[in-house]
Amino acid sequence: MWQEIVFWLCAAGAVGTGIAVFRVDSMARATFALLASFLFGAGTVLLVELTYLGVLVILMMIMEMVIMVVFMVMYMMNPAGLMPMSMLHNQRGSLAIAAGTFALLTAGIYLVDWPTSRAPRPGDPTKALGEALMGPKMLVMIVLGLALFATIVATVVLATNRGRYDRYGDRLERDRPDDPVRGGVGR
Amino acid sequence: MIELTPWWGALLLPPVLAAFAVAAAVFDSALTARAAGAPAPRAAAGAPLRAAGGLLLQQRRRTLAADAPLWRGAGITLAAAGVLASLVTPLGRWAVGDLSVGIVWFNAMEIVAWAAVWLAGWGANSAFGLVGGYRFIAQGLSYELPHMFALTAPAIGAGSLRVADVVSAQDGLWFAVWMPVAFLVFLATVLAMAFRRPFDHPVSRDTAGGVLAELSGVDRLVFLAGRWLLLVSGAGMAVALFLGGGAGPLLPAWLWSVLKTAAVLAALVWAGHRLPTVRMDRFAELAWLVLIPATLLQALFVSIVVI
Repeated sequence: MWQEIVFWLCAAGAVGTGIAVFRVDSMARATFALLASFLFGAGTVLLVELTYLGVLVILMMIMEMVIMVVFMVMYMMNPAGLMPMSMLHNQRGSLAIAAGTFALLTAGIYLVDWPTSRAPRPGDPTKALGEALMGPKMLVMIVLGLALFATIVATVVLATNRGRYDRYGDRLERDRPDDPVRGGVGR
Repeated sequence: MIELTPWWGALLLPPVLAAFAVAAAVFDSALTARAAGAPAPRAAAGAPLRAAGGLLLQQRRRTLAADAPLWRGAGITLAAAGVLASLVTPLGRWAVGDLSVGIVWFNAMEIVAWAAVWLAGWGANSAFGLVGGYRFIAQGLSYELPHMFALTAPAIGAGSLRVADVVSAQDGLWFAVWMPVAFLVFLATVLAMAFRRPFDHPVSRDTAGGVLAELSGVDRLVFLAGRWLLLVSGAGMAVALFLGGGAGPLLPAWLWSVLKTAAVLAALVWAGHRLPTVRMDRFAELAWLVLIPATLLQALFVSIVVI
């Protein structure tokens, strides 16, 4: 009983705050409305007893949205909401896409003959999931990890403003890097 | 060994945390008075309570075009985060909540501070406040990864994310003894999380108080209380994860928990008085080049020992 009440509260809250993202004029408010929407989503994940996943969603989303708010305020035309600014663009197109996706997903939920498992639920689903992913798929995971890490390094290399030639000279001849701000490890 | 309290345990948690917070604030005030050469430091002990009373009566300062809901929400969010983070921390044999992923829960709740501090800086529509808010995000990005790896070490050592398991895994030897790097990094990052000196750049004097610049009245009181609660939560978790929780001879478990938490809290407050404020651009380099590798090596060492 209480689970149903909590579920509907989370569902209504997620949709309500999701709508608020596009109704408020301020980037800060929009970002934190989006964060609230994600937290309501995390509530539904917690309801199906995926504790680790639910808490992780809370953790990641707060971190992510606090960093995102910096960029939202930085890039948007009207960060503070002092002048009205619409967040709505291409209304007809997005309406069609949203309605189509909703219809497709709902139809999928009701029309697909979902398989049911006769196997009993494992005592610790998180551990079972971890073993399923990390056991036979270890090679895939290692390659994936490597690719992700290479992407991160490549992104940083591409994005960096000052490379080692700026810091150590064209022939890398300097002993101490020439940095505009001295760092914390004595360089 | 660690059992859940009945439902009213959740009602007892905030007063217990508040008692610790008041004691820490009093100790802090006495240390400040002693450093200032006040004739009777003991008289200064009542200063935090008097200041709290004053803030309750003070009228709110208003700023032009403030974002009131976000601004007022910041203090409440910070205080709630401080209390919720302690939900999984055991006091002796009792814990209010015993989640299977207690350590992750603690981590998630303390990250709420990121949002709260930025909101406090943003909401006032004041340049100094905003500078403080951005400083705290930079600080968060610096301290959070070492903090997470420091949390990982005891979790690996106990083979569980449940705080009760971590406590019972320290029957023979406290984790602080054979994970000293993780323990020290955890304590330092707890100070950073509660933005106490040496990590008080977000509220430092060069920006007229940073995020605290425009906070006044009851909003300021709630925000400062939330900051103390966060520090108390961190100290309590340090006891559970590294100092064996309520383990100890003769005295009952809850008393050991209280004593150890008080000792850690006093050490943190005292350290804040002995260290200068560190600038975030410097600490960021230190965190990423020294603390993260150090905590990773610590986690590797613990993993090898466990295997």
